[in-house]
Amino acid sequence: MQRRLLILAAALIAVLMLVLPLVVVFTEALSAGPGRIVEALSDPDAQAAIWLTIEVAAISLTVNTIFGLAAAWCITKHDFPLRGLLVTLIELPLSVSPVVSGLVWMLVFGAQGWLGPWLRGHGIGIVFALPGVVLATIFVTFPFVVRPLLPLMQSQGREQEEAAALLGAGLWRTLWHVTLPEIRWGLLSGILLCNARAMGEFGAVAVVSGHIPGATETMPLRIEALYNDFQGAAAFAMAALLAALALLTLAAKAFLEARTGRLAGPG
Amino acid sequence: MSITLDRICKRHGSATVLSDVSLDIARGEFLALVGPSGSGKTTLLRLIAGLERDYDGTIRIGGTDVGPIPARERRIGFVFQNYALFRHMTAADNIAFGLRVRPRATRPAAADIARRVAELLALVQLDGLGTRYPHQLSGGQRQRVALARALAIDPQVLLLDEPLGALDPPIRVELRAMLRDLHLRLGLTTLLVTHDLGEAAELSDRIAVLRAGRIEQIGTIATLDATPASAFVFGFLGDSISLPAPDGKRALIRPDEVGLTPGDGPAVIIAVHLGIRQTRYTVQHGPHRFDVVLRGAPHPGLAAGAHCTVDLSAARIVSA
Repeated sequence: MQRRLLILAAALIAVLMLVLPLVVVFTEALSAGPGRIVEALSDPDAQAAIWLTIEVAAISLTVNTIFGLAAAWCITKHDFPLRGLLVTLIELPLSVSPVVSGLVWMLVFGAQGWLGPWLRGHGIGIVFALPGVVLATIFVTFPFVVRPLLPLMQSQGREQEEAAALLGAGLWRTLWHVTLPEIRWGLLSGILLCNARAMGEFGAVAVVSGHIPGATETMPLRIEALYNDFQGAAAFAMAALLAALALLTLAAKAFLEARTGRLAGPG
Repeated sequence: MSITLDRICKRHGSATVLSDVSLDIARGEFLALVGPSGSGKTTLLRLIAGLERDYDGTIRIGGTDVGPIPARERRIGFVFQNYALFRHMTAADNIAFGLRVRPRATRPAAADIARRVAELLALVQLDGLGTRYPHQLSGGQRQRVALARALAIDPQVLLLDEPLGALDPPIRVELRAMLRDLHLRLGLTTLLVTHDLGEAAELSDRIAVLRAGRIEQIGTIATLDATPASAFVFGFLGDSISLPAPDGKRALIRPDEVGLTPGDGPAVIIAVHLGIRQTRYTVQHGPHRFDVVLRGAPHPGLAAGAHCTVDLSAARIVSA
């Protein structure tokens, strides 16, 4: 009896906290009718926000995949001093508030920042421009590719790489033909999680972007701006699209994980 | 190719793993490295392969100092205890790997690689199993694939790191026979790390006994048994009784080499333990108590409490 109550409570909390907000978003968006959604999303600033979000997510994903893979490879397949420190640093973005990390970029690249005057002198814009938004997103989403890879690659050990080296394979061939096939599903699921987070990032981007509609405004920023401007229907339309993208990513991840579970044979 | 180790020292942080190890392995020789875990035998193997760096001393393979040569250019066949097969590749692709990764100029044509893989599969008695993935093979079959993969690159030397350690006893015996057969056929200089002395005795020409990073003795199993360099070597080879001898030396003898004669004597039988076609007697001989093994059923004259004479003339005398 107690067990049933506990399960019921857990299910209730899950529905209230996780499912209900999604339902509200979609019903609110649809209540105004599909015409309003199309209208809201075809606004030039909305279009710019959508494309900017996709662009930023794509760049962040590429960078984080390459560096995440490199970091995981170094940490798990090689010994070097301060390895533990690197592992801790990788988790930093998870523990630091995104707003704080956004402020750090302002401090470095902003008009009053260390490099600000020099950058402005050379006509390079980082904050209040695309590079700033990308940098902030990369920082916040960095752990999402590395984190799942570390335990996976750790548990696989180094013997396969050693065997490959003794058979004459170089670094790239070993990475491509030996290491990557072993971790491909873990890597893909990390990339998808990273994508979901990159598209939804608000705090850090809000600080460095300057909220310039049509230029540095990503979807989450646009949603907030619309909502504050009492354009509820448009805000919910945009929110529904963002939520749909996130759900799609999660579905892809779940599909991959189910597949991995099936494929993982003994040994 | 011959392997020459000249005063190898290796440290891991503050711990000394190998100290002053010198060893000559002749071309075509099969040498076994035995010793308790932590004695440095696997480290020695990994140093020769180039998987571990930063050591003092010189390692020569075929006369060439391999210190500056990276592992991938040493052309060494290496077999790991846990196979280290590429799990997403078929047995055939595993075996072909070392040929396919060669630079274009020296890479054999696809047809030649396929032929070579078929040859190697036959050599390790896995004909027809080339399309299987590692998880579809038994432990013994996996290790055969690993062996074929190591042989595919036409290695200068073969290094085996506890290759049979993860296998069940019957499979171990089967693979042992195959390893011996392969060595006879290919004549590769081979270094085997094992903790199984029977395996070492059966396969190798000579055995090197390692203890705490040093070579305690090198020789044939007969030499090690007849003239052990120390009580450690003798004890490592099997059950042993170590008794004090004159001049601070030790007398070493196997429990089945001791003679017991019933009748009036200084020794007393403490206990009798039944065995299979043999009997173990616990004997009190002066201040020493040890077990003696005699063939056959318990001797009526050697019951618990009986007196007897002990014959220790088969003992070897070594300095302590």
